[in-house]
Amino acid sequence: MNDQFISIKNVNKQYDKVTALENVNLSINKGEFVALVGMSGGGKSTLLRLIANLEKPTRGSVTINTNDPVSSTRVMFQEDRLLPWMNLVDNLSFGSKNKEDKRKARRLLDLVELGDFADQYPTQLSGGQKQRVALARALMTDPEILLLDEPLGALDALTRRKMQDLILNICQKNQLTTILVTHDVEEAARMADRIVVMKNATNLYEETCPSNKNAGQIGIVADKVLAEILGESHREVKYA
Amino acid sequence: MQRSIALPIHKERTLKLPLNKVLPFIVPIVVLIAWQVSSNLGWLPSTILPSPIAVFQDGISLTQSGELPKNLSISLYRATLGLLIGGGIGFILGFINGMSKTCRLLFDSSIQMFRNIPHLALIPLIILWLGINESAKISLVAIGTMFPVYINTFHGISSVDKDLIEMGKSYQLTKKQLFSKIIFPAALPQIFVGIRYALGVMWTTLIVAETISASSEIGYMANNAEDFMDMETVILCIVIYAILGKVSDLIAKSFESLFLEWKTLGRNNA
Ligand SMILES: Nc1ncnc2c1ncn2[C@@H]1O[C@H](COP(=O)(O)OP(=O)(O)OP(=O)(O)O)[C@@H](O)[C@H]1O
Ligand SMILES: [Mg+2]
Repeated sequence: MNDQFISIKNVNKQYDKVTALENVNLSINKGEFVALVGMSGGGKSTLLRLIANLEKPTRGSVTINTNDPVSSTRVMFQEDRLLPWMNLVDNLSFGSKNKEDKRKARRLLDLVELGDFADQYPTQLSGGQKQRVALARALMTDPEILLLDEPLGALDALTRRKMQDLILNICQKNQLTTILVTHDVEEAARMADRIVVMKNATNLYEETCPSNKNAGQIGIVADKVLAEILGESHREVKYA
Repeated sequence: MQRSIALPIHKERTLKLPLNKVLPFIVPIVVLIAWQVSSNLGWLPSTILPSPIAVFQDGISLTQSGELPKNLSISLYRATLGLLIGGGIGFILGFINGMSKTCRLLFDSSIQMFRNIPHLALIPLIILWLGINESAKISLVAIGTMFPVYINTFHGISSVDKDLIEMGKSYQLTKKQLFSKIIFPAALPQIFVGIRYALGVMWTTLIVAETISASSEIGYMANNAEDFMDMETVILCIVIYAILGKVSDLIAKSFESLFLEWKTLGRNNA
């Protein structure tokens, strides 16, 4: 039996005239943290949407080795996508009247350090706080797979760093299989076990990250990945 | 140091609030006083414009005789029923066209065409069909109020943020949940805009309908008074229409702030 948790085989995705993905192959193990980096328009979001079953591939297959792939996969989008007419608890439980759901929502809000805001509305929060609520919401249904589509892009460097640690902590504790899309190679090197670079619709390049995450190692990996994305020109400038 | 700064700010705040409440009343009160004074000084003959006090007294005597309450309740009944029917149909049409692309293609352009006919132009036709009775007036109000509710419901529902709907789908909400948790609340502010606009249309339609084909209502009172040169009652009816319009708008507003409380919260409404 194939023990790959997520396997993407010969996937092609066509939008009208644009080929977003062409013959893409990628396997991800259970519990792995993969960062997806690449140029804008390279098809990262498209790949995530296929894994989340928000769209179907034109050709090829996306297989997830679990009973109910759809409900065990949750997406945290680039925008927080909270419902402004519901307070935080209801945003997590979608207004469920169930006591157990409400209790769980509060517990998760505590986890992202927003327990005191449980009865407030999203408009009363800062950008970073809203992203934490979105993270808590993604955890409501106990997913096995967490898909993060540039969720930290809009945050300032400090808040961003705190969110990175929070996400890492939660993913490790719950043994989540995580795919993080990011523009920031530094962030990718800091957080992931493995970095997948999407150079264009068809070309993937992979880089394994060292488990020892000190600043030096992160810098080396980030540089290598950046050179890979930008091609030789980057290296030439760097070492000229 | 800090105290001397903090104090004046505090003072300014306590002063501002009552002023906000008082300001809107200043113009009407000044107009009323000027009107009364001009009447008293004989600048305004009572055949042109009776004094406010005379109008008020007329109102009291008509209330005591039971004529005003009776006619008022008939007008209110027609207005409410017409709005409920028209608004209800408008909402349902807006809902199905907003939710289903097929329905939109099927109905929307025909409805838009029909909408461009001023509904008051239908009065002769409606009188010919239904006569000068209850159903004619209620139908006119219903036709007039249907379109603003339709357009705003349709627009509200079809312009709900697609990202939010996608989010709901990715969390596996059912169709019913998708509507009740996301689409309807998102469209509600726009629907309220339609309802408030429909309220205005409701009163104008009713006034015109009652004045043209009067039997027993405020419009009838006004017409009747006109025949007898009863200026007090003519003015009284106009004032009553103004008050009804204002009151219904206030009711709509208070519903709005009840259901849309979340809109007034937060940081971006400074
Ligand atoms: N719904 C769609 N309809 C048509 N074309 C689309 C659609 N979604 C994506 N595309 C196209 O597919 C390609 C890949 O888009 P995608 O959003 O996956 O890129 P991305 O790597 O996520 O980019 P970014 O980093 O800017 O978010 C782009 O050329 C885009 O124009
Ligand atoms: Mg993207």
